[in-house]
Parts: sequence; C-alpha cells; structure tokens
Amino acid sequence: MSKTLFDKVWDSHVVRKIEDGPDVFFIDRHFIHEVTSPVAFLGLKGRGVKVLYPERTFATADHNTPTINQHLPVQDALSANQLKALEDNANEYGISHWGLGHQKNGIVHVVGPENGITLPGATIVCGDSHTSTHGAFGAIAFGIGTSEVEMVMATQCIMQPKPKKMRINVNGTLSKGVGPKDVALYIISKLTTSGGTGYFAEYAGNVFEEMSMEGRMTVCNLSIEMGARGGMIAPDQKTFDFLEGRLYAPKGEAWTKAVEYWKTLKTDADAVFDAELNIDAADIEPMITYGTNPGMGIGISKHIPSADQVEGGEETYKKSLAYMGFNEDDVMIGKPIDFVFLGSCTNGRIEDFRAFAEIVKGRKKADNVTAWLVPGSHVVEAQIKEEGILDILTEAGFVLRQPGCSACLAMNDDKVPAGKYAVSTSNRNFEGRQGPGSRTMLASPIMAAAAAVTGKLTDPRELM
Amino acid sequence: MAYDKFNILTSSAVPLPIENVDTDQIIPARFLKATKREGFGDNLFRDWRYNGDDTPKADFVLNNKTYSGKILVGGKNFGSGSSREHAAWAVYDYGFRAVVSSFFADIFKGNCLNIGVLPVQVSPEFSETIFKAIEADPNTQLEINLPEQTITLLATGQKESFDINGYKKNNMINGFDDIDYLQNIKGEITAFADKLPY
Repeated sequence: MSKTLFDKVWDSHVVRKIEDGPDVFFIDRHFIHEVTSPVAFLGLKGRGVKVLYPERTFATADHNTPTINQHLPVQDALSANQLKALEDNANEYGISHWGLGHQKNGIVHVVGPENGITLPGATIVCGDSHTSTHGAFGAIAFGIGTSEVEMVMATQCIMQPKPKKMRINVNGTLSKGVGPKDVALYIISKLTTSGGTGYFAEYAGNVFEEMSMEGRMTVCNLSIEMGARGGMIAPDQKTFDFLEGRLYAPKGEAWTKAVEYWKTLKTDADAVFDAELNIDAADIEPMITYGTNPGMGIGISKHIPSADQVEGGEETYKKSLAYMGFNEDDVMIGKPIDFVFLGSCTNGRIEDFRAFAEIVKGRKKADNVTAWLVPGSHVVEAQIKEEGILDILTEAGFVLRQPGCSACLAMNDDKVPAGKYAVSTSNRNFEGRQGPGSRTMLASPIMAAAAAVTGKLTDPRELM
Repeated sequence: MAYDKFNILTSSAVPLPIENVDTDQIIPARFLKATKREGFGDNLFRDWRYNGDDTPKADFVLNNKTYSGKILVGGKNFGSGSSREHAAWAVYDYGFRAVVSSFFADIFKGNCLNIGVLPVQVSPEFSETIFKAIEADPNTQLEINLPEQTITLLATGQKESFDINGYKKNNMINGFDDIDYLQNIKGEITAFADKLPY
C-alpha cells in the first residue's frame, strides 16, 4: 500500500495498537528543559521508577536563562532553583545535561540538529510545542505535556492516536525579500491557528526543496501555530550534508547504511492525504502580523482587514485590535515601533543573523529602538563572530547577547514593557507573550532589521 | 500520576465566549518557574483577571460572583499555543473538572485528559445554546455524563453526545494511568527498541 513520509516513520514506531484507543508509540529521542521537566521527575520519584533509556534523553537549559552575564549566578531565585533542579535531576538519572555556560548550551531546537541528535526517520518529543522544528529533517517531532515527559522517561513511549495527514505544496518562485518565515506566516494566515489541528503536515514543492536546512527548520517550527502537531519535509542530500560528521550522527559504515535508509523516506507517488493545500509562491509578500495570534498576518503593503474577512468572530477580533492599539484598514508601513527581537527557535540560527546583517550593514540602529539580538546557541554565537557578522552588527550600533529563549516568551528579564511595540522574529504574538501588555508583530529577520534601522515598520525590499 | 475519577458531573458553568484562547492567557510564562505542581489556580487567566497592581479586573468572568461551577465553557479553538501542561493544571487547581468548547487545540486537550480534566467538544450550535442558557440563568445546571458520553442542559433537557476514545474513557472513569499500562508491557517495549536502527 502506498504510504506518505509520515506513515512510513509513524508505522515503524508503533509498539502496539490499542483497540478504540491510541497507539503505543516509541520515541527515539527526547529533549528536556528546565520548565516542563521538574514535575515529571517528581512523578518518577513518587513511583520509584528509573529512566528506562537515559541515553535517549537530552537536557538543556534555555527557557528561563539570562542572556547577559551568564558567567554570574542567576539572580532570580525561582529561575536559579529551576536550573538547579534540571542539573540535579539529570545527574541523578544519568541524563546528559548541557546547562548554562556549557559550550553546547542553547535553545533545545537549535542544539538538537546542531549536534546530530535530530535524524531523519526518528521520532522526537519534548515538553515544548516547537519541537515540530525537527521535522525539517524528515523526523516525526512534536510537543508533549509534562505527564508525557514523565511517560517517555519511564517507558520511552507515549500514547498517541495517529493524526490525519495534510500536504502543503508551495511551488513557483519566491519574490524578492520573501523568505521561509514569510512562507510560514502566509500559510498560517490562510489556514488560521486552528486549520491544521488534528493533522500532521508534510511540506512539499520546489520552494521547500530549494530551501536551506535553516529555512526548513523555520517552516516546520511554525507548524504548531496553525494547530498542526508537527510538520515534516522529506530528507534529501542537503539534509545528509548538514548532518554528516555531527557529534551524535552515525559514523562510518553506520552512516552509509543510515543514508541508504533515509533515501527511502519520501511520500509514494500515489499516496493519499486527508487534506491538501496548494500555494503559488508568487502570491507571498514579506509578512507582518497585526493581531494577537499568528494567523492574523498580512503582506507588509496591505491594510488591516475588516472583521468579516477574519476567522474568529467579531468580538475576538475587536479585542485583538484594541489590545494592539490598531484599527481596521490601518496601513502597516510606517507604524512606529519600540523593540526588535532577533532570535528564538524560529529565527535564531546563523542564516537569520546573516540576513539581518545584510540589511543593517552600513546603516545605524534607530535611536528609538531597543534591540535584542539573541543567538540560538553558543555554536551560532561563535559562527556570528567567525563570519564577521558581529563586526557589522557592532558597527551599526547593535549588541549581541548570549543564547537562550529570551524575549520569545519573556520568562527571563528580556521583557517588552506594557503598551510598547516589538517587531519579533519569534513565533507567537499572543497578548502578553513578550511581557505583560507587550504588543508583538511577528516578522522575518530582514523585516526586523528594516524596522531596527528605520525605527518604524518598513518594507525591507526598499533596503535591499 | 493518579487523578480523580470522573463519572457524572453536574454543575453550573463559567462562560468565557472568546475564541482562540491560548495557553499564554490561561497561564502566562512568568508563572512557570515552579518545580512543583502547586498553586497554579491562583494565576489562572492572570492578566485577564488582574490589573498590573494585582487588583482584580471587575469585568472578567472569574471575578464576577454571578458565575461559578466546576465547568468552564470556552470559545472555539480553546487552549492553542504552548504545550505547557501548567495550563491544564491551572484549570484543575482553580476547581474546574471539565472544559466545554466547540473546538480544542490538540496538545491542551491531551494534557487535560492526562490529568483528569474532561475536555468536552460540542457542536458550534450547542456551544451557542449553552452560552445563551448561562446568560439567561447563571445557575444553569449542566450534566456531563462520561459513561454515556453526553452533555445535557438539565432545565430544558437539550442534549448532545461527545467523542472520547474507549481507552481514555475507561482510564478517566477508573482513574487509571497510562504509565502503569506502559510499565506493564515493558518487555514488549524493550524488545521493540532492540530492533530499531537508532
């Protein structure tokens, strides 16, 4: 029977099917971080149970870490306690731990691929919804709750009904200034934040084939924002080249054998999807969000649509615009901004910093803008320095911070104050996401760069 | 961990007719710093419920004494966004045992089922009927019958059935736990793992 890429990976990990119930689904790789794991460890302690396969779980601290002075003790007592709990638990249960200050530390969804922990055909979970990022390698990867974190540590399995399958095809040529983030925000604006719920997505078409691994990670990362549990892209030569030689990637004969298997991981020609969406690449403009969920996005040259054109009901729509301080039919270009955030598991990779630098090169940060530039990992940070990007950023008046999730969810001190506007390369523009009362507009790294140097929303194509 | 058994729940309900309620609203990230599962109910809907100076916002439903009960009725696409189980813990810790919506986000729904909060998905029409009934009478009693898989407005007898898979239903009725099940087939799991490429 013809199978999709998703079927192939899913079906090969079903330990047992429960009648009128979920599948017992085996997990190859499990990432944990400080925020969603402590209660899971408490659960294990309560049961008196060990971690079944400690070598399949990887701990890194990222959500709740400072992005300056990481060599000093963490000042916030609750945060320090949470980081210590991760370290103690990892040590007690024999789990590898890349804590604050460790050379390999960084955002979980950046360091996983960087170290070859993420592999094609693997099943990967983490107590974080953006685990979908790893789907860029042809893995089935998705976020789970803390009860399931405990479940995976205790049994290396979770209980999941198999999701439905959706294919999103983007074909054609992307216009100038349109990158992976714009493609993803465009898809979400079409599907809404619930259009993908119940599905697992496969991204197909020449646009994704031609996209870099970093770009594919950005797209898969945002799958959850349309409600899909995850999204994946068939592995190809680019995937293999990215992984070869990385710390945890197979070596020697095992590598050759793995690549042979990975080449079979694609959707059969006559396989059927439960839903399919076709998009013409030429229709996509550089995107910006104007509301309080990632589905409320438009091309930068467009006006804010009226309530009847938006999913979610008039009351919800009005609440959203009132929160943002915007009105129906407003023009986005020229709106004043206060903060710029470059970083997160969505756009905290080297390619994102290259793109940002390309725009700010030879220009100066606007005086009214506070900019937080936060690399996704120490490896990205080192690359930024090696490639001379840091010099460009410094020359333009920007400061590079240290790795972490930072202002994406503002658990640490990187908070946008109430009422202030931020152009953010992260993944969520929910009310208060970047700090109580903060107003977030999601965009690509070059849109963020254009805003950072002009002090207002600016079409990045004008600076290219 | 073990949780309360769920059979038939009869209660008034708290209405929150807003769509796309995300888990950052249910529990903002800055309240996720605990290492124990305690006290999350205090910060349920924190920024909708309290002003910046911690005084209650009078117009938010949880601050309106007219409405109370063990059932929360939300708008479409309830629980979208982050996978934080803290959102489900906050709902539970506040005192809710069931959430009713015409559409749930996937991870939130799973998290609720794993901690013993029943997500009840109803049709958009029935959701509307419930909101109107509560608006007309805040003491409107809802009965959620898990064995029968029905939700009923007791005053009028209007009723709808809801879906839940047989395995999870049985777990919730008996307070059974997935991890106990999985540990019971550990041999099968390790034999399976031995055959995987990585």
